[in-house]
Amino acid sequence: MYFDTIIAGFGGQGVLLMGNVLAYAAMQAGKQVTYMPVYGVEMRGGTANCTVVVSDRPVGSPIIHEPVTAVVMNRPSAEKFGPMVKKKGQVFVNASLVKQGQFETRAKRVSWVPTLELANEVGNSRLANMVMLGAVVQGSGVLTVQQLAEALTGALDPRYHKMIPANVQALEAGASFVSEQKAA
Amino acid sequence: MARRVMIKGNEAIAMGAIEAGCRYYFGYPITPQTDIPEYLSAAMPKVGGVFLQAESEVAAINMLLGAAATGVRAMTSSSSPGISLKQEGISYLAGSQIPGVIVNMSRSGPGLGGIHPSQGDYFQSTRGGGHGDYRTLVLAPSTAQENYDLTMLAFDLADKYRNPVMVLGDALIGQIKEPVELKTYRKKLKEKPWALTGAKGRHGHILKSLFLADGELTDHNWMLAKKYKSMEKEVRFETYRAEDAQLLLVAFGSVGRILRTSVDILRDKGKAVGLLRPITLFPFPNKAVRQAADKAKALMVMEMSTGQMVEDVRLAAECACPVDFYGRPPGSIPTPDELAKEAMKIWRKRGLK
Repeated sequence: MYFDTIIAGFGGQGVLLMGNVLAYAAMQAGKQVTYMPVYGVEMRGGTANCTVVVSDRPVGSPIIHEPVTAVVMNRPSAEKFGPMVKKKGQVFVNASLVKQGQFETRAKRVSWVPTLELANEVGNSRLANMVMLGAVVQGSGVLTVQQLAEALTGALDPRYHKMIPANVQALEAGASFVSEQKAA
Repeated sequence: MARRVMIKGNEAIAMGAIEAGCRYYFGYPITPQTDIPEYLSAAMPKVGGVFLQAESEVAAINMLLGAAATGVRAMTSSSSPGISLKQEGISYLAGSQIPGVIVNMSRSGPGLGGIHPSQGDYFQSTRGGGHGDYRTLVLAPSTAQENYDLTMLAFDLADKYRNPVMVLGDALIGQIKEPVELKTYRKKLKEKPWALTGAKGRHGHILKSLFLADGELTDHNWMLAKKYKSMEKEVRFETYRAEDAQLLLVAFGSVGRILRTSVDILRDKGKAVGLLRPITLFPFPNKAVRQAADKAKALMVMEMSTGQMVEDVRLAAECACPVDFYGRPPGSIPTPDELAKEAMKIWRKRGLK
């Protein structure tokens, strides 16, 4: 079993948290895992990204040039990482901010997830990142939504633990969206 | 039961230090190691320790010297340009035989360079780094787990040899987040009869590196040389799929871990390629390299520099087999695929089958 992903978006969209929750859940599932935050000269208001690798074998490189999966939360990220994804890979696009034809990719599978709309249905637009994370695990099969939900206590600062039920709802909303798309 | 946590490489260093009984930290911020002082600034007061942000790297290393002279476990950390500034103090620690742990989460140089991972501090770390004929023990972790484990070991070795110990990582090893199994440090700390603890009821001790009497400095240097020689028993290295390897790759730290995947890629293609990863850079695993050179048809060193450790590998191999090299200067981190391709070039060049 091997899975890797680059998760990218604006600073503030919670892309690093998505990576952290995914990595934490992978650890709890007994997988080998690395999480690498974007590393460079960054600025406030710029883009952020992280790379997560999940495997049965020890992870050699935590940095991936041609990812199996890219999760792009805004247009600059789609333009940057879309073309890097492997042909057999998958791109998860934040359909609330990115439109068809705005980026290129070789990847056969592209999933469009209206994260803001779904997050608003759950009751808070700031849950868009968790909606997307739910969609990613459902669409890729790397872990289950249940495993992500169980990781939240460990991955989130205790200050935010009261937000866990809403986060779980958001994860489920994203996962259901993908299942319904598959069924349709 | 051991507790597994998901932490940054830098945090693993800080947690390892506290677990090993380090209660004094002196540092000055610099990317990419600032997570270490950040973590310790919160954690040290909780265990009754001292976190002190010094006014400069030079001040920090001298504070380490002063604290460690009293027998306590103390640490400082920095990154390449900051480590250069600390070299005078490290030389004084070595000369005065004061134990201390220095962490270098190295970045790229020369000069101010950049913040990308680099292995260009190999020579500086393994050749002493400062002035004078001395050595520091150098440990090169390649995972967050090793950051934790080797930091604890660093304190033990520093005390055992009364010598500065360097933990040499890089930006990748510091910034990566991985599961780490936390362990309980159970060793009982030995008395340090040489320490400056106040001379009440006994004769005073002197810790110094200045020896002006006739022949005194000669004796001191011979004694130090014997001590460095005796460190050979601390050699640590790891091999991976090396038993029947015709081409044996040699790399440390971050390149060492990336190459594990390259070896898997090449083995899947039926190529007998293995890996030897030195964990102690000083003492260097000379015997292991020499034995490998007898068994393999060729050795190949890979580094994120234009070639430093390769010199030690060539010396250790004693021309028993060819030693090739691939180096990557700072700017990008090589992928497992890229390194596998470089290994294949040597595989063909050496006519291996």
